[in-house]
Amino acid sequence: MSSVGRTRQNYSGVALAAPVTVPYVRYSPKPAHWWIGRALAMLASSAKLKPADIDGMCVSSFTLFPDTAVGLTQHLGLSPRWLDHIPMGGASGVVALRRATRAVQAGDAEIVACVAGDANQVSSFRGMLTSFSRFSQDGAYPYGSGGPNGAFALITRAYMQAYGATREDFGQICVAQRRNAMMTPHALMKKPLSLAEYMDARPIADPVHLFDCVMPCAGAEAFLVMREDRAVELGLPFARVLAAIERHNAYPDDPIQIRGGWGVDRAELWDQAGVAPADVDLLQTYDDYPVISMMQIEDLGFCEKGEAAAFVRGHSLTYDGDFPHNVSGGQLSVGQAGAAGGYLGLVEAIRQLTGETLGARVANAKVAAVSGFGMINYDRGLCSAAALLSEGRRIG
Amino acid sequence: MTTLQMLSTALLSGKVRVVDLTHTLDPDFPVLVLPPEFGQCQPFRVEEVSRYDERGPAWYWRRFSCNEHTGTHFDAPIHWITGKDLPNASVDTIAADAFVRPACVLDFSAEAARDEDFVLTSAHVQAWEEKYGQIEPGHWVLLRTDWSKRSGAAYLNMRDDGAHSPGPDATAIRYLLEERGIVGFGVETIGTDAGQGGHFDPPYPAHHFLHGANRYGLQCLSNLDQLPARGAVLVCPPLKIKHGSGSPLRVLALVEQSDA
Amino acid sequence: MLQRCGACQTIAYPPRDLCGCCWADSLSWVEIDAGGVFLAETTLHTSTNVYFRERMPWRIGVIKLDAGPTIIAHAHADAKEGARVCMLARTDKSGQGVFIALPERETPNMADDKALRELTCDPKHRRVLVTDVRHPTGQALARGLVRAGAGKVFLGVAEQWKPFVGRDELYALPNTEVAPLDLSDADSIADLTSSIGGKVDILINTAQHMRPGSAMTRRDAITARDEMEFNYFGPLRLLQSFGPAMRSRGADGANSAVAWVNVLSVFALANWPAYGLSAASQAAALSLSQCARGDFAGSGVKVVNIFHGPIDDEWHQPLPPPKVAPEALGAGIVGALQQGLEQSFIGDVAKDIETRWREDPALLERELTLARLMD
Repeated sequence: MSSVGRTRQNYSGVALAAPVTVPYVRYSPKPAHWWIGRALAMLASSAKLKPADIDGMCVSSFTLFPDTAVGLTQHLGLSPRWLDHIPMGGASGVVALRRATRAVQAGDAEIVACVAGDANQVSSFRGMLTSFSRFSQDGAYPYGSGGPNGAFALITRAYMQAYGATREDFGQICVAQRRNAMMTPHALMKKPLSLAEYMDARPIADPVHLFDCVMPCAGAEAFLVMREDRAVELGLPFARVLAAIERHNAYPDDPIQIRGGWGVDRAELWDQAGVAPADVDLLQTYDDYPVISMMQIEDLGFCEKGEAAAFVRGHSLTYDGDFPHNVSGGQLSVGQAGAAGGYLGLVEAIRQLTGETLGARVANAKVAAVSGFGMINYDRGLCSAAALLSEGRRIG
Repeated sequence: MTTLQMLSTALLSGKVRVVDLTHTLDPDFPVLVLPPEFGQCQPFRVEEVSRYDERGPAWYWRRFSCNEHTGTHFDAPIHWITGKDLPNASVDTIAADAFVRPACVLDFSAEAARDEDFVLTSAHVQAWEEKYGQIEPGHWVLLRTDWSKRSGAAYLNMRDDGAHSPGPDATAIRYLLEERGIVGFGVETIGTDAGQGGHFDPPYPAHHFLHGANRYGLQCLSNLDQLPARGAVLVCPPLKIKHGSGSPLRVLALVEQSDA
Repeated sequence: MLQRCGACQTIAYPPRDLCGCCWADSLSWVEIDAGGVFLAETTLHTSTNVYFRERMPWRIGVIKLDAGPTIIAHAHADAKEGARVCMLARTDKSGQGVFIALPERETPNMADDKALRELTCDPKHRRVLVTDVRHPTGQALARGLVRAGAGKVFLGVAEQWKPFVGRDELYALPNTEVAPLDLSDADSIADLTSSIGGKVDILINTAQHMRPGSAMTRRDAITARDEMEFNYFGPLRLLQSFGPAMRSRGADGANSAVAWVNVLSVFALANWPAYGLSAASQAAALSLSQCARGDFAGSGVKVVNIFHGPIDDEWHQPLPPPKVAPEALGAGIVGALQQGLEQSFIGDVAKDIETRWREDPALLERELTLARLMD
């Protein structure tokens, strides 16, 4: 499945700037339109732009229904010449970055606002689960309606059987992220978490326990994509894109998911970026469940397949450790604001590379790896994506 | 004072009492059971059309269905093959005077209590006449057996060989018709004939002779124990059903209170 | 039943519209090998669905079918991770078709499994109303239900003032209770509903009025009306009085209403003129049963249709064999409930008619009405 023939064009000359987060709340009566609109307002304010300056927009949201990105233009008074709507859940951030970067390189848009946001009204999570996909309606929801917890419990179980990972290993990831989250202003979970507390938590869907699960919430994340010269002109700090990949429905013949699509394209990712895993200063994985973070660590090449458990045992995953991972606390501690969960790691990576950090800061962060994973259509996540970013222009 | 004025006064004063001889039309009330190869008697059935609800906000009414021979009912001559060609033999054509007539009540309840297959013969009737006087023409004759006090399975009293209940034989019926000129014969049981009357000669003699003589039957009567042996007036008009072989009806008796 | 591609033979799951392997537009539903391997399990402790939330913890698993696809399924307690399993397809309380992984071989008290019982209508421990025990079928059924461990069998008896064969033996059965019930009498149904309407988990309508005769061999509509009265209006009245309570109790914890069973002549599917007017009323009853499926949809109560050929009873005496014995019919009804089936054809005639009906309904009609095949 690896690419043949022409090599992929590089992503040079493009700046990722103005990382913003609309602070998360557990429940809110406000609809997705409000969260996305607030994110756009924060982008405009942080980049000192008027709405008319934004001529491209890329939106991800689960709760816009019955609207799409199209309806939002009228809601928000935008008249973009380039518009995209990316329904890829946890892969949305990296995929939006890829789309927007190409649009800017091609001149289809000057300034693209990439935004993801979701509402969380008291009943909206359940509503989303019951109508998530046709396959899940037929093949997953009727079986106990455990939602993602059920599907990831089965995946976690299979992974543990295949590679001998233990709950304690998953706990390393969760405990480290909680420590990172202590400094993140908008993190919803800031009570310190010990490994013992992690282990003692109530079961949700064996072997998944309470602290393996993200907390659904409302919130939004966004960033701007533009030419580097434009960012300089606007005086904005920015990060660069070294390489990026995506893959959907990889390894369809695996009877149960124990790897993601990153493995298919990772050689090209590192080649194009011209860096190696050892050069990465921070890794932002998509952490809806810790098992998925382990798969990303392996499948992106930070260790051999099946050795992520040993890897997390052998490294310190906190922002100040030897392998900074999900340095704002990740979704596991900050919360999962729907599709914004697919942006969280990317937006934080931009912050770390531009110096616009809100909380924890990785010292001398020059290269960041960000990956995304999304859409349990039936029994497995179908979308995987990754990007390698580097420092462009730092703050101050 | 005219006769009717006297009656009216007596009715209002209570000197003449009205006794209801009718069973309630109830889906549970037994009906005649014929051998399965024959058409059957439909029990009383009722369904609500509305009851102060969305089907009729201010009124309650129902529709009912039943056989012409369900519950307390009247048998017209045309009901039986022996009466099929007689004139004025259906309920709509019978002269109305037959529906208001004096009645004699023949109390054989003690005999029926001893023998559920008690058969009334002409000898029994003659014995009664010796005690109470001759039955005059144009009267209804009502056979009291206290069968109406039975309920449920005991009423029809079905066994493997059919129903067991009292009734007249041919001699009794022929005597009443030919010697006494009665207008009709009424019983407390489900038929004017005995439960085993199908084995008599001729079968079902009461039906055979009564209707063959253009006379009438009343079945499933009750409260006969409240009537005197002589002196009651029976009021028993069936529904005026075109070509009707009979009909459920309300049967009333006017009874003079001796001490009122 | 899963979809198979007619072009490349790949088995598809979950259901889709085109072959996911070769894109051919030739998927059809076929019976597949039910075997597979239990790859991974989880026990759910939380659910977004109220029904499951009341039944937590709930065990599910991923099964790799020998036929190819991977299936998420309910897991029988005796189906173990890593072991071979046998898949059973049934509809769940919501009416959704689902799979449950069963152990490959029979295990002790296998039918008592919590997950399996949610998918079947096993009479064991349940309270059952048999609407007519005057008929030998109702009696055989009542005995079968008692043997199958029913918690209580209500014996529906019309016209108690009329004796019937087998009454004393029947009334002597343990765990039974006589229930006065006459399907032609709305009052009697209403009275029984008010006394036991809230505790009937399975209602089996065995009451039937079957008489020989076609439209022109009979002289009047009286018997046909009686047939409609018992075969169509009777079940309609039952639905209107017992139905709402059962529908509201369809997912009611341990003692929930699970099944509404109609016992129907197979000639409801195609008219057999020898009993042509009875068949017409049975066709009405079948249509009513389909209507009831709509009324019960999503309630957790399954509507089960049991089809039979001529029963070996007094009303089919002149007919030559094969006839279905009341015992066999009763056992077939109990079996269908235990298996959680929604339709079952019992006896040789019913099975034969089913086969021919599936193959070609028009041809079956022609054969039944032109040829005197069954005379």
